Amino acid sequence: MAEQDWKTNKGVFAAVSLPTLFWVLLFFLVPMAIVWLYSFGENKGLTDIEISGTLENYKRATEWLYLTIFGKSFAVAALVTLICLIVGFPVAMAITFASEKWRPWLLLGIMLPFWTNLLIRTYALMMLLGTQGFANKGLGALWEGTSWLKTLVGLQPLPTWEPVQLLFNNFAVVFGLVYVHLPFMVLPLYAALDRLDRSLIEASLDLGAGHFRTIMRIVVPLAAPGIIAGVMITLIPALGAYLTPDLMGGTDSQMIANVIERQFKKANDWPFGAALSFLLIYAMFILIALQSMRKKVPEAS
Amino acid sequence: MALFARTPIAPLEYSRTLWMRLWVGAVMLFLYAPLIVLVIFSFNDSKRNVVWRGFTTKYYEKALGNDQLVEALLNSLTIAALATIASLALGAVAAVMLWRFRFPLKGAVDGTISLPIIVPEICLGVAFLMFFAAVGWPTDLVWPFNLGAITIAHITFCFPFVTMVVRSRLATFNREQEEAAKDLGASEWQVFRDVLIPHIKPALVAGALLSFTLSLDDFVITYFTSGPDTITFPVKVYSMVRFSVTPEVNAASTLLIVLTVVLTFIALKAQGVKAIAETH
Repeated sequence: MAEQDWKTNKGVFAAVSLPTLFWVLLFFLVPMAIVWLYSFGENKGLTDIEISGTLENYKRATEWLYLTIFGKSFAVAALVTLICLIVGFPVAMAITFASEKWRPWLLLGIMLPFWTNLLIRTYALMMLLGTQGFANKGLGALWEGTSWLKTLVGLQPLPTWEPVQLLFNNFAVVFGLVYVHLPFMVLPLYAALDRLDRSLIEASLDLGAGHFRTIMRIVVPLAAPGIIAGVMITLIPALGAYLTPDLMGGTDSQMIANVIERQFKKANDWPFGAALSFLLIYAMFILIALQSMRKKVPEAS
Repeated sequence: MALFARTPIAPLEYSRTLWMRLWVGAVMLFLYAPLIVLVIFSFNDSKRNVVWRGFTTKYYEKALGNDQLVEALLNSLTIAALATIASLALGAVAAVMLWRFRFPLKGAVDGTISLPIIVPEICLGVAFLMFFAAVGWPTDLVWPFNLGAITIAHITFCFPFVTMVVRSRLATFNREQEEAAKDLGASEWQVFRDVLIPHIKPALVAGALLSFTLSLDDFVITYFTSGPDTITFPVKVYSMVRFSVTPEVNAASTLLIVLTVVLTFIALKAQGVKAIAETH
């Protein structure tokens, strides 16, 4: 049955549409509009902001410093997405082809961290990566082992192990973001792979293609929509990540969200922060537009 | 000879090959090792999370005796409960609107409702900070009304998820059931209550769980909308982590992890793993 025209049943339509429309207008569109307006304003005194229609804030956002931060945020988010894809794809494959008995548990294993509080997960990772955490102890033990092996074959032992700084640098930010976003990638990949027609894979294998070639030439193209969904679901939150770079990053690993936060707390420059927020939103829109363009191309041909 | 007794691995049984198992095992270790270490060290009898010095539950007593922390947890649970109820109502109604009716500007309305999912958290937080400052939202109300600003913000980013889940469930609804009910004399409201609601119930359970965890989990948006007297659990833990890493934080975190696991298992009982996986 087709959708009903709203005019045929105005009473019911009003009942189901007005609450939502009211809420979205008042508590989403109006706040967004305020940010947008403020981005054309300037500070007059400590708390007064005059919306003067100036483009000064956007001009300032194109300064080299902010451009590099934008560029760096994109680079970090892209790297995180790539690592998640490489790590997550085999996991999604394993879940898809697991036996009926095991599949729900593997899925649950991926989902449980997803449900766990982000801050707690970040904190847990920080504990592990600290200079006296287990990651450092593990590396230290490896180092000692290599040193011992070298003396065994008559070589000079390695110098004594110095704990490495695993936290508060760019490595920690990428590591932390991968840790947090991995379930975001695996779940859409699994959803796509699960829908795959297995006889196509069997046909490819029967016709003599190896497993790797089958995956690259058959599975990946067929699962492309799911892969793109996974990439977007990982890339977008990674680009706007605040908590991980804030807690695990060093002074040089600021991402765009941290710069925005600073304008509202320490720097107290709301108009500039508003302009940066909207630039980030525009960036998201461009990413989503690129994705929907990619979707339309195969349909046309 | 037990090693040879097993059936050979079929070409598509990828999950039985050794390297796949190692890979999945390594990923699971990567996902769980930090959490397990956190839980274990919450029982460690030492001020610093470095070496194991014996079992104790004193940090749980300390965490539960920390009035600010308990208040923050109570605030978080209250906000999550309120936001879940409101998101369920708003989200379900929005899903019915988009599923049942054809109206002008439908595409635009549809897009706008799902925007809060896409807009980065930091931008949404900033927007609420400016909005509540601009309208002069009162900050000195009594509990629980002082949580109003945070709750409103949470509803805004939770209800689109409910809409998404309910809508995909509605797609499987057989409209003939609705017509049959109407032929038998049911009013619009009765059809909604007795036919539609039972059909979308699994989606409502999933949506409620999703809203509750999203609300409980949120730090960034709350950080921008919370006043000095309205601390939530993530905001409190954040300031504790910034200040120092202590077993007290571990104890509080463990309690929340346990709560998450319990909620997940309740959802499993209600729905089964597969249904929940499909909602993501």
